Amino acid sequence: MSLRAELRVVRDRFRLDVDLDVAPGEVVALLGPNGAGKTTALRALAGLTPGGRVRVDGAAWDGLPVRRRPVGVVFQDYLLFPTMSALENVAFGLRARGVRRAAARAEAARWLERVGLAAHAESRPRALSGGQAQRVALARALATGPRLLLLDEPLAALDAGTRVHVRAELSRHLGEFTGHTVLVTHDPLDAMVLADRLVILERGRVVQEGTPAEVARTPRTDYVAHLVGLNLYRGVAEGGTVRLDGGGVLTVAEPADGPVHVAFPPAAVSLFPQAPAGSPRNTWPVTVAGVEQHAHTTRVRLDGAPPVLADITTATLADLRLRPGDALWAVLKATEVRTYPITGAGGG
Amino acid sequence: MIRDRPLVLVLPALAGLAFLVVPLLGLLVRAPWAELPARLFSAEVGNALRLSLVCASLATALCLVLGVPLAWLLARGDVPGRGLLRALVTVPLVLPPVVGGVALLLVLGRRGLVGQHLEAWFGVSLPFTTAGVVVAEAFVAMPFLVIAVEGALRAADPRYEEAAATLGASRWLTFRRVTLPSVAPGVVAGAVLCWARALGEFGATITFAGNFPGETTTMPLAVYLALETDPDAAIVLSLVLLLVSVGVLAGLRDRWVGGAG
Amino acid sequence: MLAPVLAAALVGACSSAPDGTTVTVYAAASLTEVFTGLGADFQAANPGARVSFNFGGSSALAQQIGQGAPADVFASASPATMEQVAAEVDRPVTFARNRLEIAVPGGNPAGVTGLADFGRAEARIALCAERVPCGAAAGEVFRAAGITPRPDTLEQDVKAVLTKVRLGEVDAALVYRTDVRAAGGEVEGIGFAEAERAVNDYPIAPLKRASPRGRQFVDFVVSQAGRAALTAAGFDVP
Repeated sequence: MSLRAELRVVRDRFRLDVDLDVAPGEVVALLGPNGAGKTTALRALAGLTPGGRVRVDGAAWDGLPVRRRPVGVVFQDYLLFPTMSALENVAFGLRARGVRRAAARAEAARWLERVGLAAHAESRPRALSGGQAQRVALARALATGPRLLLLDEPLAALDAGTRVHVRAELSRHLGEFTGHTVLVTHDPLDAMVLADRLVILERGRVVQEGTPAEVARTPRTDYVAHLVGLNLYRGVAEGGTVRLDGGGVLTVAEPADGPVHVAFPPAAVSLFPQAPAGSPRNTWPVTVAGVEQHAHTTRVRLDGAPPVLADITTATLADLRLRPGDALWAVLKATEVRTYPITGAGGG
Repeated sequence: MIRDRPLVLVLPALAGLAFLVVPLLGLLVRAPWAELPARLFSAEVGNALRLSLVCASLATALCLVLGVPLAWLLARGDVPGRGLLRALVTVPLVLPPVVGGVALLLVLGRRGLVGQHLEAWFGVSLPFTTAGVVVAEAFVAMPFLVIAVEGALRAADPRYEEAAATLGASRWLTFRRVTLPSVAPGVVAGAVLCWARALGEFGATITFAGNFPGETTTMPLAVYLALETDPDAAIVLSLVLLLVSVGVLAGLRDRWVGGAG
Repeated sequence: MLAPVLAAALVGACSSAPDGTTVTVYAAASLTEVFTGLGADFQAANPGARVSFNFGGSSALAQQIGQGAPADVFASASPATMEQVAAEVDRPVTFARNRLEIAVPGGNPAGVTGLADFGRAEARIALCAERVPCGAAAGEVFRAAGITPRPDTLEQDVKAVLTKVRLGEVDAALVYRTDVRAAGGEVEGIGFAEAERAVNDYPIAPLKRASPRGRQFVDFVVSQAGRAALTAAGFDVP
């Protein structure tokens, strides 16, 4: 038994066309840039936006009004009812589904206990911190025993300090949940930590899906590559060399044939002021386009054929005294380059 | 205090304030203070005041029962021709109340479109009764409530209603537990305006409900009739009306409306 | 400082200047139809003259004149209301008399036959408030007849009473004979003997500050032509 959704929403000039499968107990993250249609997909699953078909555990949800769908939603800014206490918020869904007042309150109290907020049962949402409000929202969504849990940017409203803690907490609760979970985020770290599987959306379509490790290792679009911090190119392989679509030729360790993606981390690239002696393979001239300082490394954006990101140590930075426009040579170790065929969702 | 404020605003503001307050001061200056206590506790004043307060409150209750759902329909219901509907709702605001009273007679009067059936089937006749006063006041005052509540509903975030729906709440439960509490300040403000308008209602009342002491003679009717023959009595009645309404409004404002911002 | 200026401007815009050609007549509501006709006749007889009317309850009009309303002529439905503005007017004269009549809606659905019906609890009755002349006259009639009326509403002027009869909201009312006649077929009149006991005198007077045209209008009302129009409308003429 699982969830299968074919979401089709057309609004103005935007078109959402997403097929989604979620296994029971699985957490799927919809990841994508702003405007990719993540929240629209979530609303379509909940029934808040009409469009497409949803089957859960063999039952068709098409035409089922929102309030009859066994869903729990954690909204982006939680939307806790401001005129009710935390306990009343959590009990609301149970009351709405016909549970008697005393039983609903007792169940709500148990949920607040589970999320560690028993002491705040009588607090109004206004009096709760961001992390506490998020946990109340989660308890409210789970209290009705939904088959499908939807979370819209559940951590976006939190400050960095709270976020680490709440993320770990949320991960634990999602692990205990036996239904289907779909969560929407634009933060790759949230997605990697919380989800069993990532579905990448761009412009209303799925461009890639897979486990976090697969996606991180083999990005299929610039957006994903940027997210996971890899250099990514498309090209055509002939044995040990790949002719890149955007210009340039790379030598690779794994021989292949046909259209491929080529990916490698910025740390695999070295920079030299002159062409290195002996002229190793995968050497090409580049010019500095920009320099970003990170915690332990410096990331350099370079124009050339192909353009590339390189991570260099602070010592190298001192040697090279980089300025935009400087001409350098880039050298790439072939052993760190991965090639994989262009297939499936990423084929476009 | 006034130093930092531009005169071009302050002068008209003060003129406007004077324009509103000076006529009230006029009433105070001309009031027959010596015979005030005797007049104040006369049965005539007592009856009219009691009737006014009762009718204005009942009219407000009627407006709440009918007007809040109407405001909800205008703000949230996907009804065709909503612009026209909204314009129709506000008609009593611009209609001379006397015309409103005639219109009520034509519909709810003894021979009116609806009134003749009320009389034939239920033996109910509204003109010349206290219930008629309530109907006339509600007709004139309801737009104030509807406009205030509709504004509050439009300003309220509809996503809370979506959240309630995902939790399994029907639209009625959502309205009762989520929407209504969130617009409570707007409802209270609207009810206060509505009550104040009903309290001062004259034209529709005298036309539709007539004038009979203890039955349909509210304060404004008593003031008008007294004005023609006994201006002093009219001033006393007006002062009482003024005092009571200012007292009630100020009390409500501190407790409710102020917090609404 | 601004408010008085504004107020003055507003007043100036609203009141017509006494240019000597316009006669402003404040007249009792029961005179509406006959005076409107007389006004047209007066204008026809005096080219260049204009008559404008303010019809209303006599006591309300007296109140307005007392407060300085720009009237040239006051025609009241009772000597008492004329008395209220005695300081403002010149020598009032009685130009017409009116008497009360029972008014019932067309067809007389409640079967009203006389004054006695006004004491029935189930009859819906409208009277003028005691404070206006038609109400005072009604009071006298009932005292003379020894009947205690049971009104459902006390209206602020005779036209409001007539409206209630016309719409069928009341079964019977006491109004002036002239009002019944002016209402045409919608309202039926029933005469009664006690009406003689409360005959209403209508005084008319030019205001002291009135233009010559105002005095001319008063003369016109008491002239042969005026008397004929008043008689036709149902008034008794002295």
